[in-house]
Amino acid sequence: MLLADIANLIRSKNAGPFTLTFDIMFADLASYRRVKDSGALNPAAFAKLYRCPVEEVRFFECENALAFKFSIPRPLTQGELGDGDMHGGQQFIPLMNLEIP
Amino acid sequence: MATDKFQQIRFISPVGSVGGGISSAALEEALAQAPHFIACDAGTTDAGPFSLGMGIAAFPREAVKRDLSLMLRAGRKANIPVIIGSAGTAGGDAHVDWVLEIAREIVTEHHLTLRTAVIYAEQDKAYLKRLLQQNRILPLDPAPPISGSVIDSSSRIVGMMGVEPLQQAILQGADFVLAGRCSDSALFAAIPLMQGFPPGLAWHAGKVSECGTLVCETLGQGVIFTTIRRDEITIRPYGDGLRCTPQSVAAHSLYENSDPYLHRECSGAFDLTNSTFEAIDDVTVRIRGSEFISEPYTVKLEGAALAGYQSIIVGGIRDPHVIGQLDSWLAGVSSYIDESVSHVLGDHADKSSYSIDFHIYGINAVMGCLEPDPKHLPHEIGIVLEATAPTQDLAHKLAQLSRQPLLHYPIKEWAGSITAFACLHNPAVIDRGPVYRFTLNHVAVPSTPVEMFRTHFIDLCGSEKSCS
Repeated sequence: MLLADIANLIRSKNAGPFTLTFDIMFADLASYRRVKDSGALNPAAFAKLYRCPVEEVRFFECENALAFKFSIPRPLTQGELGDGDMHGGQQFIPLMNLEIP
Repeated sequence: MATDKFQQIRFISPVGSVGGGISSAALEEALAQAPHFIACDAGTTDAGPFSLGMGIAAFPREAVKRDLSLMLRAGRKANIPVIIGSAGTAGGDAHVDWVLEIAREIVTEHHLTLRTAVIYAEQDKAYLKRLLQQNRILPLDPAPPISGSVIDSSSRIVGMMGVEPLQQAILQGADFVLAGRCSDSALFAAIPLMQGFPPGLAWHAGKVSECGTLVCETLGQGVIFTTIRRDEITIRPYGDGLRCTPQSVAAHSLYENSDPYLHRECSGAFDLTNSTFEAIDDVTVRIRGSEFISEPYTVKLEGAALAGYQSIIVGGIRDPHVIGQLDSWLAGVSSYIDESVSHVLGDHADKSSYSIDFHIYGINAVMGCLEPDPKHLPHEIGIVLEATAPTQDLAHKLAQLSRQPLLHYPIKEWAGSITAFACLHNPAVIDRGPVYRFTLNHVAVPSTPVEMFRTHFIDLCGSEKSCS
């Protein structure tokens, strides 16, 4: 199953002009636990999807919010010449297709 | 200020940003619950560096005036202070003065009398360079390099104030605190901290309240009403169909934050690792267990510098032969543009002084280097060509000189003259004016929490009765 089929919200956003942050949220504890227990969501998997060093990936499990979070430095600072997503809102797409066994 | 013998303190967060559109009915309803103050954030870097660099606000003046008017009138009606922070989007001096002018109009139109504390947050460059020499400007992670010339070349630098300048203003009797760049949470934590409420709860209450109804399960028209007691926070919305749930309140700590648990402020960090969230009723959530860790005092800096002036051309390509060899075709177009610029403008346009960027919609314009599937070719692509140069005149000419090669640069599949680019407009070139970039992700270490901020008291008087 794909992460997008289990999560009820996958989103990305700036966390300030220099950081991108990604939230993966669920409707219920069972869905959250299913993804957590699969072990498929982890900094190494994220680093592979976003082609960045794993040391730059921060990962948080937030059970009381039924959510996971990743944060990475922005490849281009918000608004820098060449940046095409001022709010960082459309950077979550690669996470959608992550296979959850 | 009476706070029920200091057992609890109540406040309203009427909207996530001044100008966002306050629900006046919900504000009235919340006002009947006897709040001790109203606070509202007016700023963000979310839209980009332009507001800070240019000194203008992101919201229309009419929208800011409507919301500010509702808040100031509510504050006077209930005889409670109104605190506005990060005025005019970026919280520079020009932004604060812009909102102050609006407040003057409101006071006159509604015959209000307001003891107003205006707190400026823009930073003196000589002061910052002194701090830099003393190693009292420290990088956050990640941070661009800093030097005296980065400070000098920034159009505007603001410091993000904590609770202390706000508290001074309240202690001196301000009915209306109009602050420049300010921590969002500090706007709500200032008065509870003055009253001795636990810092973990005071800061967390500010954090969950500052975005207005974004903390609710679904976004809608309403206001947030928050109560802090000695050992808990309760938060609820007023507004049709709105509810706070344990998950929605817990999840709000994630939004636009790189770390969902640790939230850094001037005087330390509040830590939500042990926070608990429970439903009291269908719309109200109780929070307990939030903690605060004191740290050496720092003030976050934000700066923006002019990156140049920009002109753009918008259009598209449908020809599969061109789309099939887009990278090499664009490389050819770029070289042709550079040659034209060199021939026509010569010494007026050194290659290192300008840049031509292509945003290729349909390929990787949105995700850039993060795009996982850049090899997938669509049947149509959109192109935005951005020419950026030290003057608008030069940017305009660069874009003008880009049009011909974009239109006619040949491919071997077609004999003779082609027109490969579908221009959207005539004139094809759109001047965008100045563009800015962020220059700082640093904190300053001041000697005192208030030395970077300047407070002026003004008695705003909207009636014939004197303000003496």
